[in-house]
Amino acid sequence: MTTPRRPLIRSLLASLALTLGLIAHAPAQAQTKLRMTIWSANEAHLKLFNGIADDYKRIKPDVSVAFESLPFPTYTTALTTQIAGGNAPDMAWIFETTAQDFVNSGALFPLGRTLAAAPGYNLSEVSAGATERWTKDGMLYAYPFSTSPFAMFVNNDLIKKAGAKTPEELIAAGQWTWANAIASSEAVAKSGKAGLIVRDFNYQDWQYLASVWNGWGASPWSADGKRCTLTDKPMVDALSFIHDAIFTKKAMPGPGQSVDFFAGDAAMTITQISRASLLPKDKPFAWDLVPLPKGPVGDYALIGQAGIGVFSAGKNAAEAAAFVAFLTNPDNSAKLTQFFPSARKSLLNADVLKKTNALLSSAQLDKVVVSGIATGKVMPGHSGFARIQQTVRAGLDTVWTPQANIPAAMQSICAQITPLLQN
Amino acid sequence: MAAASTALTSTPAPRRRPYWTIARRDALAGWLFVAPQLAGIATFVLLPLVLVAWFSLHEWNVLANTFNFVGARNYQQLLADPNLPGVLGASAVFSAGLVVFNLSLALLLAVLLNQKLAGIAVFRTLFFSPVVVSLVAWTIVWGFLLQKNGGINGALLALGIEGPNWLRSPGTAMASVIVVQVFKNVGLNMVLFLAALQGVPGELYEAARIDGVPRFKQFRRITLPLISPTIVLTSIITVVGSLQVFAQIAVLTQGGPGISTTVLVYYLYQQTFQFNMFGYGSTLAILLFVIVLVLTFAQWSLRRKVVFHEER
Repeated sequence: MTTPRRPLIRSLLASLALTLGLIAHAPAQAQTKLRMTIWSANEAHLKLFNGIADDYKRIKPDVSVAFESLPFPTYTTALTTQIAGGNAPDMAWIFETTAQDFVNSGALFPLGRTLAAAPGYNLSEVSAGATERWTKDGMLYAYPFSTSPFAMFVNNDLIKKAGAKTPEELIAAGQWTWANAIASSEAVAKSGKAGLIVRDFNYQDWQYLASVWNGWGASPWSADGKRCTLTDKPMVDALSFIHDAIFTKKAMPGPGQSVDFFAGDAAMTITQISRASLLPKDKPFAWDLVPLPKGPVGDYALIGQAGIGVFSAGKNAAEAAAFVAFLTNPDNSAKLTQFFPSARKSLLNADVLKKTNALLSSAQLDKVVVSGIATGKVMPGHSGFARIQQTVRAGLDTVWTPQANIPAAMQSICAQITPLLQN
Repeated sequence: MAAASTALTSTPAPRRRPYWTIARRDALAGWLFVAPQLAGIATFVLLPLVLVAWFSLHEWNVLANTFNFVGARNYQQLLADPNLPGVLGASAVFSAGLVVFNLSLALLLAVLLNQKLAGIAVFRTLFFSPVVVSLVAWTIVWGFLLQKNGGINGALLALGIEGPNWLRSPGTAMASVIVVQVFKNVGLNMVLFLAALQGVPGELYEAARIDGVPRFKQFRRITLPLISPTIVLTSIITVVGSLQVFAQIAVLTQGGPGISTTVLVYYLYQQTFQFNMFGYGSTLAILLFVIVLVLTFAQWSLRRKVVFHEER
């Protein structure tokens, strides 16, 4: 009578063993899901990042990476809200303006050792200038994957139609100065279109004006970040020049005016080369890309940076750091250079850049990108930047009126931000 | 026999009263009906309120992941905040402007639309339709219209008038935000006033007409007293709503020029989410809560004096 039971018992034991085996085996096959927040929703950008994540999955099948696009204007706010809500991403893009906040807070996982140990990574070819803002006590906390110089996009059709000299002609004559750039913009403005636009400034994000005032050797605060330098002569002179261009010469669209260069409505715009993708395909105009004009201190350049950091609070911080090492290795950096110029020396030449930037000529890439990254200063940033930015923004509103008293406004702003700078 | 007799004559044991009486069952049913709502309020209103009060006693650095008890320091900072008078002033201007403009316009529209005319429903629908439009979409469209080179100034220019820089001038920025908000929500108050107007007995007007009372006096002596409960209700709703304005400011002015349109909720948002000062932001939230509470209580108390036929 016992014989018929044996197969049943055996099968039950086999099922149990199989179940236990599956359970025991499960952790080995468990997927590590990494999440990176980014501020781009551009399809081409996402395609590139997803392609690199797919390559990584082929090497590490148990790791998958998802990219989460957050809106650009409120990116940092959304990111810190996720952190406050206990839902921090594993990795995040970080603006250069808020780099100090993230690096000094202790929120980021130290990346330096992981990157240095990655085979073939060659971290030493990334310039010290590019990593300066992302380093604390000799340790790299975020990798500056994008080091993008600001340059001037030009609508030659509008300038020629207005009878003004194009930047190309001015450069050839050695006269590509701010005074002449504004003169050409003024001529176009008088013809009915807009003159020069500092893109993304919008009379709110004043840090983009560094693309102009750096030509005067001006900066909002001292190199150590402790002293407000808005009242210094270079800054007052630069802001007076900008004010004159807006309200007297009407060479720059005034506050509250919305004009799009890439729709063919303005003579020039200062922005980063990644915006070349916005150039119109349906009704193209004769465009050019030139370096920023000479200011009173001569040639200068401004670069915007974006870093990738790993949050140490995440349970997959080490795995996320390994992915960052893969994402930014020499091969993938070459791919990313199409949109995000790399600070790697081996990639900083026109021949390499040309392979991924079909829209720009070798000469443009050499003069604007290579030279800009080599000599440019990074956009202003500071600990507690959001608060400083907002205070300066509110103070500058009095400057953006026709009868502004610029030195008095600067003194008032400095009085307000000095405690913040010294905090 | 004797035993049987004893059994028959003894008093029966009193019947035990069942626990689940009709009253208890009704009470349980009532609690069960309100339980989901109660749970929602407890989870999404009362608990956050307690948490905000708790956070306001702390310094919370999100990035550094520190949460330190600081006692009343955030409240001391509140009293010493140099921006706070300007922020409260902007909030007061916005609320006063919104209440006066919104209620006046709503009442005017309700009176005009309280007519038995052909096609009147079309006009009522027209004025109510902005209420159901997405707030952000509505505000973005107005943002384009109010630009220096926007639609409104374009229309003014066609008439030979150079319009102001609506959203960038201190004199017009707040007024612009108020107008945008009034046009968005005036339809709601209009409908409430319309319902109140239609509740006023017609014979009162008839008697007044027979007595030769002029139209405006009829409105002042009959209409206003009889719709006074609705006026109090709409003013409470509008004041409380005005103190919570955020999207319009965020989209149209970002608090500028200067801090002239930085109202309390926008300031709270800046401090909390932009500057990562969650503790101080919570203190501002407590201040907002107290202001709303006091104003609502004051208005509710005022109804005894201004409402014509409020039950005492």
